[in-house]
Amino acid sequence: MKSYMLKRVITACFTLLAITLVLFILMQLMPGSPFNDEKLSVEQRLSLYENYGLDQPVIVQFFRYLGKMLRGDFGVSYTISKNTPVMQLVQTRLPVSVRIGGAAVGLGAVLGLALGLVAALKKNTIWDAAATVISVIGVSVPSYVFALVLSYTLGFKLGWFPMLYRTKEALNSSVLPAVSLSMFTMASIARFTKTEMTEILESDYMLFAESRGIYGPALILHHALRNALFPLITVLAPLIVDLMTGSLVVEKIFSIPGVGSLLVSAIQSNDYNLVIALSFIYSAMYLGIMLAVDIFYGIIDPRVRLTRD
Amino acid sequence: MSRDQEILLNIADLDLTFPTAFGPLHAVRGVNIELIRGQALAVVGESGSGKTVTMKAVAGILPPNTKINRGSITFTYSNQEGLQKSTDLLSKGKRWMRRHINGKRIAMVFQDPVSSLNPTMSIGRQLTEGMIWHHKASKKEAWNRAIDLLEEVGIEDAPKWMKCYPHQLSGGMCQRVAIAIALSCQPELLICDEPTTALDVSIQEKMMDLIRRLQRKRGISVIYITHDLGAVARAADMIYVMYAGKIVEKGMTREVLYDPRHPYTWGLLLSMPDLNCENQRLYSIPGSPPTLLQESQGDAFSPRNRYAMIVDDKAEPPMFAITKTHAAATWLLDARAPKVEMPDELKKRLEGMKKEAGDSGRG
Repeated sequence: MKSYMLKRVITACFTLLAITLVLFILMQLMPGSPFNDEKLSVEQRLSLYENYGLDQPVIVQFFRYLGKMLRGDFGVSYTISKNTPVMQLVQTRLPVSVRIGGAAVGLGAVLGLALGLVAALKKNTIWDAAATVISVIGVSVPSYVFALVLSYTLGFKLGWFPMLYRTKEALNSSVLPAVSLSMFTMASIARFTKTEMTEILESDYMLFAESRGIYGPALILHHALRNALFPLITVLAPLIVDLMTGSLVVEKIFSIPGVGSLLVSAIQSNDYNLVIALSFIYSAMYLGIMLAVDIFYGIIDPRVRLTRD
Repeated sequence: MSRDQEILLNIADLDLTFPTAFGPLHAVRGVNIELIRGQALAVVGESGSGKTVTMKAVAGILPPNTKINRGSITFTYSNQEGLQKSTDLLSKGKRWMRRHINGKRIAMVFQDPVSSLNPTMSIGRQLTEGMIWHHKASKKEAWNRAIDLLEEVGIEDAPKWMKCYPHQLSGGMCQRVAIAIALSCQPELLICDEPTTALDVSIQEKMMDLIRRLQRKRGISVIYITHDLGAVARAADMIYVMYAGKIVEKGMTREVLYDPRHPYTWGLLLSMPDLNCENQRLYSIPGSPPTLLQESQGDAFSPRNRYAMIVDDKAEPPMFAITKTHAAATWLLDARAPKVEMPDELKKRLEGMKKEAGDSGRG
């Protein structure tokens, strides 16, 4: 188990390294430069390049950046907020996205699980049909449509929640974006749970358990749900990253100061360091969560736990 | 009937239908089975003959959409106060069955032992679950009982296996564990649905011996569901042959095995592989069982029966009594029918079987 984990961590590190290199090359291929101001003379521009080390060959830049990165320095912003360390920008933005995304995932997972369970346990009833309709809507309607509808009804008409994000009312103003973002997660989890549960409910071991007199919540919780949860984690993991890294459109609708909108502005203004730092954080989060899921699997699922020993 | 010939289970005129996309499937068509306490009984028939469904009805684990047309399943057991009580299981709800019958009084072992164990629960947890559930046993008490059970079903090094998971066990061990789980709450009746079919041939015999030994030791009754007459020849006291949702022949094991009367039973016996087999090819009953979606007129076996008479296509044969315990549903037993003997080949084979049984009986 230990050597397996070590191997996985090392692989993840190399993947991150490769991602950083690709990002660097892509940055060079992007048209324009951070200093596009027409008022700048050629000399001024060159001196700026020299100042930031952008006159060096890409490979030199890459290793310099890598060296600094290992010390936690992701460079400074060139355009969006001149000379502010990138990490400082990210630090103010990322927690907002993570909080709203996390709430969305939590909400979506819990509601989706409940919906899927109802659909599977009450198969071919009105409950099942209702759950199916809800999950089809959730999967097919994009989150910004929910955002607009919620913003108009609960925000504008009823005034229960602020229509725009207010830092002072962080909790209250996170509700609408979190709910709109959770719809897709909820629907995917509901559909997945239903399929898994239906299969499990028809399995031999469920019939065997019933033939021994186990019934009610004990039957569902001990015998069925545990088996349905394992594959669920695999589906949930990528959704977690998707949501935590912020959704651009939903952030725009509610004017949320999150990382999604920051990344778009950074790309538009060629803010190299910021783009690289944000993309790097996305990748690191993704790899980290996938790694965590794999290790978690090893802890909770006896089949995985034992084959790896 | 004497006192020790007490009837434990009486299935009377059981008739079931499943609604399917192709119409109602009439799976069980008026089945009568009687099981005497302490005895073993075998229900024999091809796949789709309704034998498993009948026993699922006894265990109360029929699919929820099953339609019970008529019949009763009377089960006699001693209740908490130790009084004998007879109940029609069909009149009881699912909850009542789970609480009072399943596991505690009637337990079942299924065909595929590997898939009937929960893959994410340790052997120990699955074994102790029922005892904690039904008898409110403490965890420690249940754990110790579980180890005894594992030893009882012939698993060595029991404490070590308690913490293991089903995928670490062989098929044969899984079946032993499943039997231990089924017996954990001391049922009076154990239903074994093809307990050896999914297992390696080399351990089938051992498994049957194990069930027989447990039956004798615990004094419980056993119902075997099987398509293999040979497998239950030594284990069962009574044999019920089932075809197309009906009992076509029933009797004491030696009556059905050595003096079969129904052509279908002849076919089943002939299609058994035999060491003294002179013929190169193993016999198989021509055709296949009828789909139970259509109601057939007359004897359902008649299209596959080489001794079929005109009457077989017109009217359903009743059960003709041969002895007090032996009966078969075939028009061949009617007084007006021409005298038809079983095939010579079968006769020869049965002679051989009888001799063999006699030899082993003496030895």
